[in-house]
Amino acid sequence: MSLLTEFPKMGRTDLRDFKKSIDEGFRDFTKNYGEAIENFFDPLLYFLVWLEKLFLNTPWPIIMASIALLVYFGSKSIKLTIGAILAFLVIGYLDMWEDTMATLAIISVATIVCISVGIPIGIMMARSNRTQTIITPILDIMQTIPSFVYLIPVVMLLGIGKVPGLLAVCIYAIPPIVRLTNLGIRLVDKDVMEASEAFGASYKQKLLDVQIPLALPNIFAGVNQTIMMALSMVVIASMIGVKGLGVPVLRAISNQYLALGVMNGLAIVVLAILFDRVSQSFGKRLQAHRESGHNA
Amino acid sequence: MPDIKVAIKSLYKIFGRNPHSMVDLVKGGMSKSDLLEKHGHVLGLDNVNIDVKKKQIQVIMGLSGSGKSTLIRHINRLIEPTSGSIVVDDHNILSMSPAELRDFRRSKASMVFQKFGLLPHRKVIDNVAYGLSIQGIQKEEALRRSNKWIESVGLTGFENHYPSQLSGGMQQRVGLARALATDADILLMDEAFSALDPLIRSDMQDVLLSLQEQLHKTIIFITHDLDEALKLGDDIAILRDGAVIQSGTAEKIILHPADDYVTDFIKDINKARVLKVTSVMAKDKKIKGPEIQDNVIIEDALQTVSQSGSNGAIIVKNGKKVGTVSLTDMIMAIARSTKNTDSDTIYR
Repeated sequence: MSLLTEFPKMGRTDLRDFKKSIDEGFRDFTKNYGEAIENFFDPLLYFLVWLEKLFLNTPWPIIMASIALLVYFGSKSIKLTIGAILAFLVIGYLDMWEDTMATLAIISVATIVCISVGIPIGIMMARSNRTQTIITPILDIMQTIPSFVYLIPVVMLLGIGKVPGLLAVCIYAIPPIVRLTNLGIRLVDKDVMEASEAFGASYKQKLLDVQIPLALPNIFAGVNQTIMMALSMVVIASMIGVKGLGVPVLRAISNQYLALGVMNGLAIVVLAILFDRVSQSFGKRLQAHRESGHNA
Repeated sequence: MPDIKVAIKSLYKIFGRNPHSMVDLVKGGMSKSDLLEKHGHVLGLDNVNIDVKKKQIQVIMGLSGSGKSTLIRHINRLIEPTSGSIVVDDHNILSMSPAELRDFRRSKASMVFQKFGLLPHRKVIDNVAYGLSIQGIQKEEALRRSNKWIESVGLTGFENHYPSQLSGGMQQRVGLARALATDADILLMDEAFSALDPLIRSDMQDVLLSLQEQLHKTIIFITHDLDEALKLGDDIAILRDGAVIQSGTAEKIILHPADDYVTDFIKDINKARVLKVTSVMAKDKKIKGPEIQDNVIIEDALQTVSQSGSNGAIIVKNGKKVGTVSLTDMIMAIARSTKNTDSDTIYR
């Protein structure tokens, strides 16, 4: 009778032992390999620290000028460039310059990591259906599992600091670039692929001359999404010791400082909008040849 | 025979989950519809045998679903056959390793596609040079050779356009130049002109024929258009439901259609433009009239004869009289209802 009213569940002690054995297993793993893994990520740490210092130690007018140049060459839009300059002037005036630079540094490094890992994975997925069926659910998990859940093993393994923060950001931000690289390559016109095959192109020639160039608009949409998602992780990353705009937001939550929270939050939004507009119009210009239509 | 370039022998292609187990059923005579109904497999090619002669244009004709595009893709093995053999210059394509096959595609057989298959992100000149760049030829040399082919297909001045900026006919000129640039002896053309409107199509056929006069490639040309087949083909094979139902020269097919299907196929064409005077040649001493060459088509001969006011013409080959042709026979030949097969007797 009780079987109907109460769900058959594992015994309390069994469950506790089960959880404990997992915890201990992972703790042992951390003890044995934690340092090796930390050393593995050292170059990333050095790079991140170097970039952060570069952003912070360079005089602000030079940074401002480089940002304006990058925005202009990315978007070819005077309006957007002026908007970017004004936004950064306000950010600096409201004393958020240093945090913004720290955030820019970690977002840049996270984006570089995501692109250099994500695009090859996407290419592998496009090459075989089996790889795709294995990787897709992993990406689903990475995107939907609450960030706090994977923060636990990351912090256990690497402690608190920049690298675990960077990893947390990358885990969340990498799926779009992988998915869209895969999709972009799979969507390449079958007729063009067949022609390439018929002329005797090798796998590498097909990939470099046909698939990647034609998938570029989609790959670029993936890069754009990855940057956006990395920015949205800034606050959570600051919980495990990443400097930047997330820190004051966190402080604002625990102390109920409305203005501080809103100002830093808006600074993140400004960064996001800038990244988005610049990368989108850059991506659009890359495929200019497609929309040229008949004018011969 | 030495003058056979591509020999296709008992080629079968069956699409489905387990094609190899179906080969024997098909060889035993099972029809396409039975195979689909009882075993869920689609018969793509059914015992195809074609010998393509060197330096000739072999047309393979059929309606959609007849397997013609499947067949041409077997020659460079874009599609793997279920059974059979394809021998090109004493090399069996089907036993080639992936590397040998790539080499074959790079330098032996190039292809022109119905939907062009151009690289949209590359300019015309780079599209034409594509085959050469795959071969690993230096960029400068590749561009130099490509320029020559761009000129010969009449695209000079458009080198730096993107394909999307060109009309369909011009895009297919790019496709043709790209295929010719690799210097392959075999040219596979899969409904190459079918996507073009009639005037442009006729233009492209002329371009192809005049290029062929200089180049003497072995061309395998797929089409669903009988007029195109008759205009281009030295030899024609007609495909239905994956099987060759008749093959031979245009004249042979028109004069002796193998079955009702072929008869139906050819009933609307202008026979005067295809048949040559030799097809109705006789040795009738009574006929007097102008001298005409043996390779003149009936349409032109009729004009010559009626202008001269005579009852026929003398056929001349290499300056020698070889026979005569009467006005009545010529008119009979083009007016004959092809259903009336017993009137074959009048042709000799």
